[in-house]
Amino acid sequence: MSSNTMQAMADPAKKMKSHKRHRGKPYYRPYVPYLFLLPGLALYLLWAVYPLLYQLYISFFDWRIIPGQTSEFVGLANYQAMLTDKTFWLAMQNTAMYAVITVAGQMVIGLTLAILVNRVTIAKRFFRTIYYLPVVTSWVVVSFLFVYIFSPGDAGLMNFALMKTGTIQEPISWLANSSTAWIAIYSLGIWKGMGWAMVIFLAALQGIPPELYEAAAIDGANEWQRIRHMTLPLIRRTIFFVLIALMIGGFQVFISVLLMTGGGPLHRTEVALTYMFDEAFGNLNFGYGAALSYVLAVVIVIVSAAQSKFFGRGDQDLEY
Amino acid sequence: MLATSNSQQRLLNLLIFLVLCAGAIIAVAPLLYMAATAFDGVAYVQQYPPRLIPENLTFENFEQAFASRNFARALLNSAFVAIATTVMVTSLAATMAYAFARFDFYGKRILFGMLLIMIMIPGVVLLIPQFILAKNLGLLNSLPGLVLVYSSGPLAFNMFLLRGFFENLPRELEESAIIDGANSFTVFFRIMLPLAAPAISTVAVFSFLGAWDEYLLALNFLTDEHLRTLPIAIANFRGQYSSNWGLVFAGSLTAVIPTILLFVFFQRYFIQGITSGGVRG
Repeated sequence: MSSNTMQAMADPAKKMKSHKRHRGKPYYRPYVPYLFLLPGLALYLLWAVYPLLYQLYISFFDWRIIPGQTSEFVGLANYQAMLTDKTFWLAMQNTAMYAVITVAGQMVIGLTLAILVNRVTIAKRFFRTIYYLPVVTSWVVVSFLFVYIFSPGDAGLMNFALMKTGTIQEPISWLANSSTAWIAIYSLGIWKGMGWAMVIFLAALQGIPPELYEAAAIDGANEWQRIRHMTLPLIRRTIFFVLIALMIGGFQVFISVLLMTGGGPLHRTEVALTYMFDEAFGNLNFGYGAALSYVLAVVIVIVSAAQSKFFGRGDQDLEY
Repeated sequence: MLATSNSQQRLLNLLIFLVLCAGAIIAVAPLLYMAATAFDGVAYVQQYPPRLIPENLTFENFEQAFASRNFARALLNSAFVAIATTVMVTSLAATMAYAFARFDFYGKRILFGMLLIMIMIPGVVLLIPQFILAKNLGLLNSLPGLVLVYSSGPLAFNMFLLRGFFENLPRELEESAIIDGANSFTVFFRIMLPLAAPAISTVAVFSFLGAWDEYLLALNFLTDEHLRTLPIAIANFRGQYSSNWGLVFAGSLTAVIPTILLFVFFQRYFIQGITSGGVRG
């Protein structure tokens, strides 16, 4: 490695660049950077880069995890199987639906709360702390908590509240049926994430100089006009950042579905990752599971790249 | 328009305050419901009406949780895994970040690009190959093995965060130390690390939380009961005891309270981490 560095130093262009940076000869020996880099890089190559490549390899096999059985090379068969796999398409559709609904909910609520917290004169920090509590609570815990809140009898918190307010007459068995189970799963997603969006929006709002508001007020803009024509355009980069980050998170929905419905009833609430998990660790179809993982990773990268392309024009100096 | 009367303004402020209070109730009601159930004694059947404040305060469920075979052990395992992961991530991310921030070396751009691309790829989709790799290396059923996998996940992002921080530090301090004859390691440990303490604290709290709450890898990597971590122990309470919800939530609270305390006391670092991009609690 150090000989490579020597070569790099001999290269005039590189040499010039390094001179510019350090205003003189580097004070360190050429191998020193690699000493700093090596421990972290080794861990990273072993547990992230290698698995990513290994996964591609596995996905071309009918992979056998049980010792003594041989894995059979099947080419693209695992990927082909997906095309006609109804559960796979349902899971992808469910995942996209979850992402769209929960992202919209988190963004609208998060932004509203941020605007209000920014306006309120007392207890700013208190509200910020309270709204953030669901974010720091573990997914496993809140998933069980929402199973309990959405429990079937009339003693479950959600049924109780809805019956007391007269919204429903009979208690609902939320998780027994896919349409109501989705309501519970979406609610959890929005409830848990709204504080995260709110904290980021609030930080952006606090960066807007107050003089701008005063100027807008003098120009006779009312509250709504100020938000619509001033605040939102000013924080648009933050809005896009939150959108992309939440979308990526939405496509990774997993533990809540796994622990609340397990993908049931009859695969109706299956999402991409629960299906991958089921196929790999439930049915021991590791090859198919690996192919599913790959497709999902590609979908996530495409969605985030497309979004930054679509929304990020002229925003190269994205702050976040 | 500026003449909107004072009383109107005051009414609007009151309205905003009330809406925020309603929002706060929605945010904490589920957590209170959990705490009330945990402190209210055995709950095979849900209480009617549901309560957000326990009727009779008892530690029965907590006693049962800690009396059950492996719960206290799980607490220790989780503490070990989370602390070890925190140490690994902070030290490895900091050294890598320093290399990228202050040195020129062959392959720098390629390596940095590779780490950036990997940030986009979600960790969960690596579950299968990581599991097979751990199996082949004999690292299943090993807490240190789990720590290695946990540490690799957030490494790239935290390296990126710390690199930004290092780059913004003034070079003068380092330069004068070098003139005085200090080598790169002295500079890193004596000057850079202390200056980067706030950013490193941010990395530390998020690494700790990530490992403390992790469920999926722990579920698949650890089959030995003595090695299980808290999230697994809590999930087991749900099935094992035909859902005594009081017990499930006593276990849950035991896991959640440290994270809430961590958040309340180190809020500054949380906010810093969240607003500097992408860290999700």
